[in-house]
Amino acid sequence: MTGTDFQPSAPILKVSGLWMKFGGVTALRDVSYEVPEKVIQAVIGPNGAGKTTLFNCISGMLGPSEGSITFLGQAIGGIAPHRIAVAGVARTFQHVALFKKMSVLENVMMGRHPRTGSGFLAAGLRLPGMRSEEKLIRSRALEYLEFAGLAGCAGVESGTLPLGKQKILEIARALATEPRLILLDEPAGGLNMKETEDLGELIQGIKKLGVTVMLVEHDMNLIMDISDRVLVLHYGEVLASGAPAEIKENGAVVEAYLGAEDEE
Amino acid sequence: MGRKNWLIMLGAAIFIGVFPWLVMPFKAVSHYVDVMVFAGIFSLVCIGLSLLMGYAGQISLAQAAFFGIGAYTSGILTSKFGVNPWLAMGGGTVVCATVAWVVGVPSLRLKGHYLAMATLGFGVIVNIIFAEEVNWTGGPSGMIDIPYLRMFGRKITSDLAWYYLVWGIVFLVLIFCFHVLHSRVGRALRAIHEDERAAESVGVPTAGFKVRVFMLSAVLASIAGSLYTHYVTCLNPSSFNLMWSIRFVLMVMVGGMQSLWGALVGTVLMTFVGNEWLQVFAELEILAYGAILLVVALFLPGGIVSIGGFRRKRRQSALEGAGT
Repeated sequence: MTGTDFQPSAPILKVSGLWMKFGGVTALRDVSYEVPEKVIQAVIGPNGAGKTTLFNCISGMLGPSEGSITFLGQAIGGIAPHRIAVAGVARTFQHVALFKKMSVLENVMMGRHPRTGSGFLAAGLRLPGMRSEEKLIRSRALEYLEFAGLAGCAGVESGTLPLGKQKILEIARALATEPRLILLDEPAGGLNMKETEDLGELIQGIKKLGVTVMLVEHDMNLIMDISDRVLVLHYGEVLASGAPAEIKENGAVVEAYLGAEDEE
Repeated sequence: MGRKNWLIMLGAAIFIGVFPWLVMPFKAVSHYVDVMVFAGIFSLVCIGLSLLMGYAGQISLAQAAFFGIGAYTSGILTSKFGVNPWLAMGGGTVVCATVAWVVGVPSLRLKGHYLAMATLGFGVIVNIIFAEEVNWTGGPSGMIDIPYLRMFGRKITSDLAWYYLVWGIVFLVLIFCFHVLHSRVGRALRAIHEDERAAESVGVPTAGFKVRVFMLSAVLASIAGSLYTHYVTCLNPSSFNLMWSIRFVLMVMVGGMQSLWGALVGTVLMTFVGNEWLQVFAELEILAYGAILLVVALFLPGGIVSIGGFRRKRRQSALEGAGT
């Protein structure tokens, strides 16, 4: 949750000449793109277009074969995921990756990890600094749960939540790391209409906090409703980009979707 | 650390407190106090190992080597250089932490059981050093005349004094470790255990945490080694060989990997089994150990403490500990 100085034009993320090859398969082919700060940036494309691969490169889960990724002026291509989290990029996963045996609250408390510092000795000896930090972790985590509308199930074992709530919880956990950029990988996947609507509101709320949102999604209605900009990937290449209304009218995009398979 | 764990600890402390007075009047079992001193010393090793196995998901086959490094550091510094035993014990922990870091950093960056491989080799090398550096360690015939520990200006010599000293340290270490587990660090360790990718995504340096748990386990083994040295006042390389490393792993597995209480129960039980009841097997002892390991792995993967829903209770108390 950052300051309020508003500069919509400054790019928060700059990807240039990005290639990702797995053996003989090229998942990303010379992708260059800039994401301005404090927008909702959708990334769409048919299955296998390289959307998740792009997220994996940005969040450090994959080291790109070639090209650079610059976040807030800092080169982050190929550095460890936990460092990228500390730098201010958070993410969720296409298949929910919660700490299932931990409570809902503990999951969000995990999100406070990069913003806190007590180690083994402080914990083992229960030093006063560690105790007050622990209280702060808990109260901040509760704030994020409140924000996501999950405060009611703080004590529940997270693995027992219904899928819709698990997806929201994952977002709350990511937000608790205080990111400047959050990557949401198919957050609406498996959600019903009501849940998807709530999700849309939550994402817009995240934008209002001043956090830039990147969103991989197949639900076109959601994308047209909430996103400011859309990037279309096709076979690992940038096919088009622009405002949602422009993309809707773009002949190449329509062809790529109709020519591939009916996603919706 | 949760009310249930405190209650269990209170119960355990009362049992440990009265145990000597129950066995000492009976000649046939009065030496159980001595066995329990060893069990307490080994418990320190196994508490560290259970953190490593249960939370970092890694096996170390060098715990006997760290135990030995602590023992020989104490033995050499106190008997050859007249260093204060408590200072020497501190020296041993520094050596072990450093060595664990050097072994751990390269092998824990890789996914999979590379630590087991690395520590297997490392443990064997250390044991060879103990046996070959005759000038320092006395070689295969070992070291003798190691001074006793002193506390408040008195030598600690009686079994009973040792018993209470060792078990006092065991309880302090247990409290330390429970506190670690119920903290930011412990949550991170549980997160690593559940989903490494997700842990990394919220900023947990997974490799770094595994290295630190390994270092902690080495430090605890080193403290145990120093206590052992001053208790038996003589050292021999065969107390620190691969067989002992395997025994420590076995103790943790028998008790239950994912509970510190499991490490304690397993260690006490296996120490009695090894010192008292398996002697009849003599050369076939290793077969008996193999059979125990097989039975536990097949029929009781959660160890002894998993009998009767102990683990479920523990998980509940972990939740309560998080204030939910």
